[in-house]
Amino acid sequence: MWGSNAREAHPIYFHHVLKGLSNGAKMWAVDPRRTSSAKFADAWLGLNVGTDIALANGVAREIIHAGLVNEEFIENATEGYEEFKAHVEPWTLDITSEVTGVPNEAIVDLAHGYATAPTAQILWTLGITEHHTGVDNVLALSNLALLTGHVGRPGSGLVPLRGQNNVQGGGDMGALPNKLPGFQDVDDDNIRARFEKTWKAEFTGEHGLNLTEMFEAMGQDTLRAVWVIGENPADSEADVKHARAMLERLEILVVQDVFMTRTAQMADVVFPAALGWAESDGTATSSERRVQRIRAAVPPPGQAKQEIEIISEMAKRLGSTTWGNPTPQELWDELRTLSPMHGGMSWERLETEGGIQWPCPDEDHPGSLFLHGRLWERPISGRRAPFSCVEHRPPVDELTDEFPIRLTTGRVLDSYNTGVQSGKFDSPIRSGDALEISSEDALTLNVVDGETVRVSSRRGSILMRVKTDAELQVGLAFTTFHFPELVDINQLTSDATDSKSGTGEFKAAAIKIEKIESMANV
Amino acid sequence: MNEIPVGAPRSQIEVQIDGKQVKAVEGATILDICQKEGIDTPTLCWAENLTPVNVCRVCVVEVEGSRTLVPSCSRPAEDGMVISTDSERVRKSRKLVYELLDSSVDMDRSTAEVKEWMEHYEVDSSRMGSKNEIATVAQPPKIQDSLYVRDYERCILCYKCVEACGEDAQYTFAIATAGRGFDAHISTEFDVSLPDSACVYCGNCIGVCPTGALVFKTEHDMREEGTWNEETQEVTTTVCSFCGVGCNLELHVQDEKIVKVTSPADHSVTSGHLCIKGRFGWQHVQS
Amino acid sequence: MSDLKFGTEEPTAEEKTAIDELSSEIGPAEIKLDERFVVGGRTRVKDRRRLLLPALHELQNTAGWISPGGLNYACKVLGIPPAEAYGVATFYHLFSHEPPEVKDLIHVCDDVACRLVGAETLIKDLKDSGHKVKPSPCLGQCERAPSVLIQRTNKKNLTAVAESNNSLTAVNVEQVLTSETVTPQMTLPQKGSENLSLLSRVGVVNPESIEEYVKLNGYDALKKALTIGPDKVIEEVTASKLSGRGGAAFPTGVKWRAVADQVGRPRHLVCNADESEPGTFKDRTIMEGDPFAVIEAMTIAGFSIGAEQGWLYLRGEYPVAAERLENAIREARKNGFLGKNIAGSEFNFDIQLYKGAGAYICGEETALFNSIEGFRGEPRNKPPFPTTHGLFGEPTAINNVETLVNVLSILALGGDKYAMQGTGNSTGTRLFCLSGRVVNPGVYEHPFGVTLREVIEAAGGVTDSKKIKAILLGGAAGSFVTSDHLDLPMTLEDTREAGVSLGSGVVMVFDESDDLPDTVRRIAQFFRDESCGQCVPCRVGTVRQEEVLARFTRNASFDTDEELLEDLSTVMKDASICGLGHTASGAVLSAINLGLLERTL
Ligand SMILES: Cc1cc2nc3c(=O)[nH]c(=O)nc-3n(C[C@H](O)[C@H](O)[C@H](O)COP(=O)(O)O)c2cc1C
Ligand code: SF4
Ligand code: SF4
Ligand code: SF4
Ligand code: FES
Ligand code: FES
Repeated sequence: MWGSNAREAHPIYFHHVLKGLSNGAKMWAVDPRRTSSAKFADAWLGLNVGTDIALANGVAREIIHAGLVNEEFIENATEGYEEFKAHVEPWTLDITSEVTGVPNEAIVDLAHGYATAPTAQILWTLGITEHHTGVDNVLALSNLALLTGHVGRPGSGLVPLRGQNNVQGGGDMGALPNKLPGFQDVDDDNIRARFEKTWKAEFTGEHGLNLTEMFEAMGQDTLRAVWVIGENPADSEADVKHARAMLERLEILVVQDVFMTRTAQMADVVFPAALGWAESDGTATSSERRVQRIRAAVPPPGQAKQEIEIISEMAKRLGSTTWGNPTPQELWDELRTLSPMHGGMSWERLETEGGIQWPCPDEDHPGSLFLHGRLWERPISGRRAPFSCVEHRPPVDELTDEFPIRLTTGRVLDSYNTGVQSGKFDSPIRSGDALEISSEDALTLNVVDGETVRVSSRRGSILMRVKTDAELQVGLAFTTFHFPELVDINQLTSDATDSKSGTGEFKAAAIKIEKIESMANV
Repeated sequence: MNEIPVGAPRSQIEVQIDGKQVKAVEGATILDICQKEGIDTPTLCWAENLTPVNVCRVCVVEVEGSRTLVPSCSRPAEDGMVISTDSERVRKSRKLVYELLDSSVDMDRSTAEVKEWMEHYEVDSSRMGSKNEIATVAQPPKIQDSLYVRDYERCILCYKCVEACGEDAQYTFAIATAGRGFDAHISTEFDVSLPDSACVYCGNCIGVCPTGALVFKTEHDMREEGTWNEETQEVTTTVCSFCGVGCNLELHVQDEKIVKVTSPADHSVTSGHLCIKGRFGWQHVQS
Repeated sequence: MSDLKFGTEEPTAEEKTAIDELSSEIGPAEIKLDERFVVGGRTRVKDRRRLLLPALHELQNTAGWISPGGLNYACKVLGIPPAEAYGVATFYHLFSHEPPEVKDLIHVCDDVACRLVGAETLIKDLKDSGHKVKPSPCLGQCERAPSVLIQRTNKKNLTAVAESNNSLTAVNVEQVLTSETVTPQMTLPQKGSENLSLLSRVGVVNPESIEEYVKLNGYDALKKALTIGPDKVIEEVTASKLSGRGGAAFPTGVKWRAVADQVGRPRHLVCNADESEPGTFKDRTIMEGDPFAVIEAMTIAGFSIGAEQGWLYLRGEYPVAAERLENAIREARKNGFLGKNIAGSEFNFDIQLYKGAGAYICGEETALFNSIEGFRGEPRNKPPFPTTHGLFGEPTAINNVETLVNVLSILALGGDKYAMQGTGNSTGTRLFCLSGRVVNPGVYEHPFGVTLREVIEAAGGVTDSKKIKAILLGGAAGSFVTSDHLDLPMTLEDTREAGVSLGSGVVMVFDESDDLPDTVRRIAQFFRDESCGQCVPCRVGTVRQEEVLARFTRNASFDTDEELLEDLSTVMKDASICGLGHTASGAVLSAINLGLLERTL
């Protein structure tokens, strides 16, 4: 479990992990913090924030040097092994240990444990992706799976856990700058032609912008109008100060949401929407590619409308005549004709089978438990899986004498993202907006549990309550990103973004913590 | 997350149940066979998403050659077994077990199923003496937070909550059986309040409690006010939005308001278990 | 493997040391190998759970109670969720959950035999002189009733017994408290008699000396076993027709064969020394008088079933036996009779002594396993049986102390010759625990087939030549008989036919002046107090049964009470999980059927 505190962020997934553990599986937890998930692990490796690639490369080298690679798999299903081998060669145990802070024996333990297990999975969440090297981090972990052949077989694989019920579904449905539903390339003329025919509309194969590019475009005034659906960037972006400034510049900002979020408050027009999972009908696709029905249980409040209705109405106002008022089921049926991997999932089957995992090309297909099985076909069908030579790059927000402490963020069990939803129930276990620091650092700073301190980064400064945690590394601070009203933590986080995905670096800001001598000076 | 079917196909066995020869797969419990054959069997401590602890004994059946009755929920059927599910002995034991419970526990808020069985066996515990003269588990409810209420005078000690909090799902182990004999009860360590315990408010214990001893605060309050009305409630299944795991939620709605949340026990993602967000995070829907 | 959250209470220095010492050999559940590398996980936690019961004993002994700070600390070290540990701690009656007011807690037996001879007065006297007193179920010393166990803080526990034939007084108890030196006199009426086999060394040998034991044929049987090999040992035991003496009379050879035939490993040998059946004190007599015999017999049993680990689960209320067995285990290790390569052979075997903590139910074999494993002593549903899923879920043979000690004479005599003693399938000799109104109470060894009359006469007959009103046969889980049964031969077959049972060999005699309704109510109370509480028929049924009898003693019976008792009895027998529920109504119903409650309910 690498960079994931699933015990709190994905509790029900963790139930399945626990079942595995109680059946004798072993677990290694790689995380800067000894999280509540890590406490269930057979071993915890507390690496420095932002050194995941270094550790993965070091583990890879150890697997290679110990002769534990899966030669058959590398030979028949991968490419670029020799190059990769040379690439990780410098990552000796000593160097890896120096960079990551993890002792040699721990690296060996993980490398051997992973490589010699009959089946093994690596799973991760935002701890891996919310870095400026997010995509590379994932590639570095994939290398390990390719080295050992722990992919494409029952019980083995790579498991990214999604943060929301339909993140996967959003991608599946083409909410990506370069894809059409079913991950079909927008620049493929044949594919586009099929869509154009069904949609009775024409569109270009030009790629759209990702989130980071959008903010850049806002800065350059090439993006003047934005329609935000169910997002709260004014709170959730890394470096929110910048994000808010960009939103302010827009000529027109339309926000469609179920709450009056901070972004909605900035909007020119707000479309109150029905809540996806409890007030409307449709589908959601989970991290395991399982498409399931969502259903309306209660009517939306006040003027709120179904999202489909809002969008259809907008289409009409914009002059479309072909749009109509489709029902969720009609939309789904249309999708099935356009996206081959959803082809076999009839509405009836979704109702009765409790969800189906794509790809499911036809109605007799049971759905797919895992992907990449083709890598085990001999000869392999399709493309070989490439090793990726990825470089360790330390977090952009450097630690200096002025900003000596690394701040990382994460979820806790009872709260969710920016807190607009989960903040509404009175959780007996909610601890609030504390900044967790190690007992040693507290001693050095001369602060005690509960004391309010000033926390500053290169971008901003706020007041926070301190909570000491004996288990935290020295030099590391942790807080949740659930309480923007209380603690505008994303004022502090770095706005460095991953050039490949546009995901912000939430997990590695450099900060300083100052004792407040007298409240009068605040 | 994928469940992989493993193991060789299991062999077939044949048993006689209430005079009828039936086939079953090896390893099936007697209860499995009853359910397959449409023989209604009462249970209290059994649930499909928990390991059987076979403590309540209302599911007992008679097996030829066995000195005592056997718990159908946990006993694997064996080839050639001759089983009676409705003999005089079986009826007598089931009835008395309900009577013993009824005499010591407040069973008013049990599930409809429990109540039907009690009616079926014509349960009458009055001959044991009136409740103020004999030992009972009467006590005030424990209300220690705004999410959930533990009303242990309704607890039949079926161990389900302990199982759900422990090895069958949650692995939190915030509650366990303490004390012994009639004094045995469900408790946190040193009976500390729930917020001070290891409890993470997943509500999985509430989800499995058959007698209304563990309930949502909303349900408790509505019952106290007399506004709880299960008959008018509608249950809609949807998908939780708080993470990407895809947990199914059953929203129980009364008067256009969500009043409690459960999860289907037979769904492979949750097996009926949720976390605090799925279980209690719906209050923003109402606001 | 669990979420662990602890309160803020800290252990005292003494509590911390006690737990650290206990876990020093296998280390804590989590180890910080480095600031950035911590190992822990399920396997380490699992291996440590069995230290919970010993840890609770340490805490109780160090502080006089299971303090929150102490329990938290033990849980941290062992990786156990505190709620679970609390659940285990509150299962046992020898653990206190309040800070102690005084250092010594005096447990006074007020059970069936002791209440005949002034237990209640003793309790009152001790209380009046300012002691902390707790009434207790049978303490296994019924031959010297009333009996007392003194549980102390930071010191060894003591038992107090009366000078010969005088009943124990509060003054005696106080003497014991100040002198601290009392080792009870071994009272064995048949001491030195030639006809003894199980008891031949008891009262004769120095129980602390392995040299003396060896001189009196000690370890001959083990040497023979090592020569003839495990299969042959099991053959001899099978030929002897030895049956279990713990209550259920299961053939020992069959049990051993079943375990030896298992492919699963490791296997375990467990000696059930939890002796808690009211009226029973035979195992204590052997363990105090001839402890090496128990250790040798366990070693032979382990050898024949292919176990390398033996577990001796001793009743917590037997401090003298504990000390002597601990000594015997140490001495046996020192002399090469335990450990690696026993007596120069390839065979390795060692024994762990576990002390119970006041729970009759832990004598039930599967409850006993749970207790050793660090869980609540709740019986498991059977099947599966211990032979396949025993201790730690692994193949296990479990036998009573007396059963095991028989193996020594089986190997000395040969199985066939052994089987010539006694009758038919009731072979060998049997220990009887005589108590109540007999002239010379104590443990007696007789061949199977002796009549009840002969057993009572061997103990000097009824005190003051009074008339027998009733005899409790087989303990609280047995049944009452009257003088009509005096000629009943004491065999498995004859007793079964008469609808009674020898059980654990209890013969408790009541004369015409004794208050039988009170006795019967006390038996009902015993089951109410000792039910583990797991299954409904027994948990609530034993309570309702006791309430019926309490109403009877108050002359407040309902018309329907007799019918209720019968229904309770049927359902407790039919639907309870374990033998406790199955037998909880036996003695009560037999008393009613024999008219011992004078008028019908
Ligand atoms: C409630 C209960 C208590 C028991 N207590 C004891 C006991 O104290 N000592 C004992 O040897 N057997 C006891 N037994 C019997 C054991 O379960 C088991 O049958 C016995 O240890 C097997 O040994 P054996 O075959 O040598 O008799 C008890 C059984 C029950 C149901
Ligand atoms: S809410 Fe969850 S953690 Fe709390 S006691 Fe119930 S099952 Fe255990
Ligand atoms: S609280 Fe409910 S679930 Fe728990 S033991 Fe009692 S009746 Fe069973
Ligand atoms: S019969 Fe009694 S002692 Fe045995 S398991 Fe049931 S409650 Fe426990
Ligand atoms: S349902 Fe079978 S014993 Fe409770
Ligand atoms: S010691 Fe008191 S009855 Fe046995």
